[in-house]
Parts: sequence; structure tokens; C-alpha cells
Amino acid sequence: MPGTITPIVMPKWGLSMKEGTVTRWIVQEGDEIAVGNEIVEIETEKIASALEATDSGLLRRLVAEEGDLLPVKALLGVLVEGEVSDDEIDAFVEGFVVPEDDDEDDEEELGPAYLYAETAAGRLRYTSQGEGAETVLLVHGFGGDLDNWLFNIDALAAESTVVALDLPGHGPSPTPIPDPSVPGLANAVLEFMDAADVGAAHLVGHSLGGAIALALAASAPGRVRSVTLVCPAGLGPDINRDYIDGFVSSASRRQLKPVLENLFADAGLVNRSLVDGVLRYKRLDGVTESLTALADGVFPGGAQSWVEPGLIAGLEAPALVIFGAEDRIVPASHADAASGATVEIVDGAGHMVQMEAAPRVNSLISAHIARAAG
Amino acid sequence: MARNLSMNEAVNEALDQEMARDPAVIVMGEDISGGTGAPGEDDAWGGPLGVTKGLSVKHGDRVMDTPLSESAFIGAAIGAACSGLRPVAELMFVDFMGVCFDEIFNQAAKFRYMFGGKAETPVVIRCMAGAGFRAAAQHSQMLTPIFTHIPGLKVVFPSNAYDAKGLLIQSIRDNDPVIFFEHKNLYDTKTDVPEGLYTIPFAEANVVREGGDATIVTYGQTVQRSLDAASTLAKEGIECDVIDLRTLSPIDMDTVLESVEETGRLVCVDEANPRCSIAADVSATVTQEIFGSLKAGVRMVTAPHTPVPFSPALEDIYIPGADRIASAVRQTVAN
Repeated sequence: MPGTITPIVMPKWGLSMKEGTVTRWIVQEGDEIAVGNEIVEIETEKIASALEATDSGLLRRLVAEEGDLLPVKALLGVLVEGEVSDDEIDAFVEGFVVPEDDDEDDEEELGPAYLYAETAAGRLRYTSQGEGAETVLLVHGFGGDLDNWLFNIDALAAESTVVALDLPGHGPSPTPIPDPSVPGLANAVLEFMDAADVGAAHLVGHSLGGAIALALAASAPGRVRSVTLVCPAGLGPDINRDYIDGFVSSASRRQLKPVLENLFADAGLVNRSLVDGVLRYKRLDGVTESLTALADGVFPGGAQSWVEPGLIAGLEAPALVIFGAEDRIVPASHADAASGATVEIVDGAGHMVQMEAAPRVNSLISAHIARAAG
Repeated sequence: MARNLSMNEAVNEALDQEMARDPAVIVMGEDISGGTGAPGEDDAWGGPLGVTKGLSVKHGDRVMDTPLSESAFIGAAIGAACSGLRPVAELMFVDFMGVCFDEIFNQAAKFRYMFGGKAETPVVIRCMAGAGFRAAAQHSQMLTPIFTHIPGLKVVFPSNAYDAKGLLIQSIRDNDPVIFFEHKNLYDTKTDVPEGLYTIPFAEANVVREGGDATIVTYGQTVQRSLDAASTLAKEGIECDVIDLRTLSPIDMDTVLESVEETGRLVCVDEANPRCSIAADVSATVTQEIFGSLKAGVRMVTAPHTPVPFSPALEDIYIPGADRIASAVRQTVAN
């Protein structure tokens, strides 16, 4: 049987990524690679993370060297299944052409990057990737947007249709938040599901989005096939209100950077682009007022106003709770209250565990969805 | 939603959206609509480079063509500002400031101070500046230091479309006189610009590249040239911080000092003539405040102390280029 050559290429994490730096090879030439193995660490303008293998095979060639800055889709290495000679691999590497990273071409290939749904709360931006039978709906947290899932969308889209939205008051064209409470936002997400033709979905909510997902699973059980709560609010009273207030009030990079460092176990992940992206959002007219109203609605007086861990046990849909062990925004000990849920604590990660430990979180979510879908 | 807009589109959108939001905002200047004395040709010009085109159609007589008399219409704008409007006056080329400078430096800049804080002058004076446009010595100057010298004036100089929109909206909402510079050579450069209104605060420099070996401080057209130099230097193993000051009065020296404390090396790049320039100002402040952190003498890369030449070959080498910036950085790092 003739062998096959599969390229390992620079991934595109998030819609704005153009290039990345190879910081460390995790595997060596000659290693047998299985789907899901972490193979190489990549640093982008946004963050550093490990690339997971999407194909299996024998790693025959490392093309990229550590320290190389390469465009998206550049050749990093060569995987081989079956019999392939060194000459054939040389010829493959020699003849490899990096496709032009042209946004317009991407749109033709993959469909538009962003879609918009008209809801009672206004026009909400979202993205839809993948074509799987099961739909996964990703709900970000306080002050976030759908890019909080940039390391998760593609991985989950390999098996499912992945929809990620900007909550009211969030994203690049924020609308006012009609009802700044957990049940109010759960209702807004339900209206979004109607507007975007999302029938029933596996809800994945991060932080405040976790509380929203839990509230929605309890109030509209027919629309929710499973829930994954990532560092969720809603399980206990504690919230780092200093973080929330600092996030709302910081107007400059110098003020905001130390605030954002609370989100990660490794503060070094908070780089210039990450801070600038948050500042771009916060500078928009109306955002400070929206976030202030939201903070006062969901975290009044420095405690969470909506604490309903008891809902989990009554859910028809199976529940998974994931915390970063070093979460400094919502304490991981809140997982103790999640009776009825599977609980996973991820070491070495903070509140943005879905970014900081993306491969681990992706595999936990995928397995949970597969179990729930039967 | 973010779209790619050119800087002139971003300036136009900022004016349009602020006029729609706040009825006190008016726009005035020479030929910004139809050109004086050209009835029936509304919106024919939109300014000499078309930046205000379309505004008169949407906002009617709140977009006013003025007589060709800078001292009259800049004075009128300042008076209107004191009386409750928020005028945005277009001086066309900053080189014309001479004929209306009393209104700017001795009136607008002084009112708040001389009336004990009881008078405010929320006027914006937009003006095109800079060389590289083949417009000769009287239409190409970088006169930023003349304005930063005057207490009571705020001085803004965006280097890209995103900053231009956010800084112009901030300038219109500010209660003091703002000189808003637009570099003629940057009008066509495009970046992602949000659809909605947003503001960028004054005195917040933008660190556009992080390196650690040397600090390049600049503004306007030379930001991109400094980034080009930094890319070249990175291939030689020299990593630069590049700081875009964005506003020159007030100026964000904290960001500059923080960077130089780490790198120990400073190159100031300024398209203005060298003496009493922004580059000289930043160099002096760094030397005074953190001399002990410096590992090498501060270097300036500026235009020479001459008028802007009309010869294209000479004009091109008049403006600080990436090569000159890179070699200045190499000299500081060699020490």
C-alpha cells in the first residue's frame, strides 16, 4: 500500500491571526502521533498555546525550527502513514506552497467569519463553524466576547456545529443590555437561539456565561442537550469584585494590564495585543455604562446575586463543571457545590482555563458532548 | 463591526457621527463644502483633499464654507466655542497658521486661565501637515513644536485611521482648544475602524511594538517608518520598543520613561526641524529624569534645519526614513 504524507501547518487561532512563532516542539522526529496529541507550542499575538494533532501518523520531519515566525498555513512538519521514502518527503517539503492568507478567499472557502442575529436585545454578532449534527453554543463571560473561545472553536468544530455569540453589551458593536441579570441574559441567549435558528444545543458557558447557561438549562430544558460550566458564576457567593471594578474603570494600558493578569495562572500571557483588544472594546461609547449596570446587577455589593447550584441536580441535561485550579476571579472551591455534575479541576490554569489549557478543556468538552449525544 | 477604513474616511465618519450626536458641533473652513461663491455646487469639493465631502449634504448649514481669511474664520470658531458651540474649523494646511495665530495662541489658549476657569473654548482646529506630498516649502511643514510650546493648547497627531477617529471624537468632546494634525501622506492608509463612536484618551501613548533592546519614540508619518526600521533590526537581533505618542500636548512621558528604564537606549524620531522639536523635548526629559538608566547617548533622527525642498529627490531624503532610523538605533546599541 502506498503511504500518505500529511502536512502539519501553522494553525489559525482566531479570525485575526496572520502568523505565529514556533516556541517549542513537544514531540520528536520518529514519534508516533495520535489525533489530539499536543505536538508543538505556538505563540501568537494574542496568546501562547499548544497545537493538537488533527491527523495521526509517524512524525518523519520537523520543518520549522524553534523561534521561527511563520505565516498561517506554513509547513511545520510532516506526518506519514505507511511506506514513504525520504526522497518523497524531501520533494513534498520542497514543493510545499503556503497558501495566500487572503481574508476574501477565506470567506469564500469557509463562509463569512461573522454573522448577525436580530434579537429583541438588538443586533448580536456571532460565528458558526463546522457542520456536525450536534450544535455547541459558546457563551462568554463579563466583559468578554466570542474571541474568548479562539482556541476552542476550531477544535470543537471538527465534530460539531459550533456557534459562539457576543452577549448584549459586548463585542465590537455593543447594544444596551435590556435586563442586566442572569435570568435576563439567559432570556437574551434564548432569543438569540430563536433568531439564529439554533434548535437545541450543548451549552458551554464561561464565568458569568456559565451562570447564564445554567439558568437557561433550567428554564428551557427542551433547548439544552448538555451543559459545560467553565469557571462559572452561579455556584457560590464569592466574586473578585476588585477585578470587576478594575476592569470597568481602567482607561489605560498601564491600569488595565495588572487587572487582566488576574485572569491567568501565568501572568506573562497577558501581552500588548490582548490588552489593546480589551481597550478597543472599553473605549466604545456606552460600554462603561453597560458594564457598570451589569456589575451592579449580577455582583452587587461584591457578591454574586444569582447563586443556584441546586439547579444542577434537577437538570435533565448532563452537566460538566471545569475550573482552573488557580482561578482568582471565581474560587475553584465553588465546584464543591456542583452536586450532580462531573467536576474537573485543571492544574496550572486560571480563570481563562479554556485559553490557558485549551487542549485539555477541548477534550473534556468533546467527551462530555459525545456522552450526552449518546 | 470593524471595517477597513482609510484615515480620511475615518475623519469624515468621526465628524459625521459627532454632528449627528451633538447639535452643538459645527464644521467650518475654506472649500470644505462647495467652495465659496459657487452656488449650486454644494459638496463639490469637500476640502482640498475631499475629507469633508458628503457632510454638507447630511448636515446642511452646520457645514460652513468660509471666506478665504484664516484670521476671520478661526477667530469666529473660537468665539463660537466660547458661546456654547463645539466648532471644528479646518485650517487646511498648518502652514497658514501665521495669519491667524493671535486668535490661537493669545486668545483661545489663554481664556480658561485669564477668566479664572469661567471660560471654556471647546474648539478643534484641524490642519494638514507634513512633507512627502510634493507641495513645496510653504505647504509641507511639520509645525507641531510651535503649538506644544503654548500652554493651554492640546496637540493631537494620529498615525492611523483607528486612532484618528477615536482621537478626533475625544478632541470634539474636550473642553479646551485642540490642534488636530492630519498627515497628508497618511490619508490613504487603512486600518480596522469600529462602526460606532469611541474615544481614545489624551496622554496615552501607544506601544506599537515591544522589543527591549532600544526605544524608538515618534508620532505621525514616521511611526510606520520606525516599525519598518524595527523589522529590519529584528533580523539583526536588535529588538525595539516603538512608541507612538499620539498626543503631543499632553504628552505621555510615563510610557516613554518606563520603556527607556528597561532598554537604556533611546532614539527620538521627528519629522519636524530639529531645534526645539518634539524629539528634543523627549530627549531632554528622559535625560533629566532617568539619566542613570541610559546605557548610551540619546539620538535624534529629524528633518534637517532647512525648509522642505521642492525637489522630489531632496524631499524624500528630508523626511526621516527607515534606513536613518535603523542606523541611529545601531549606533546606540553599539555603545
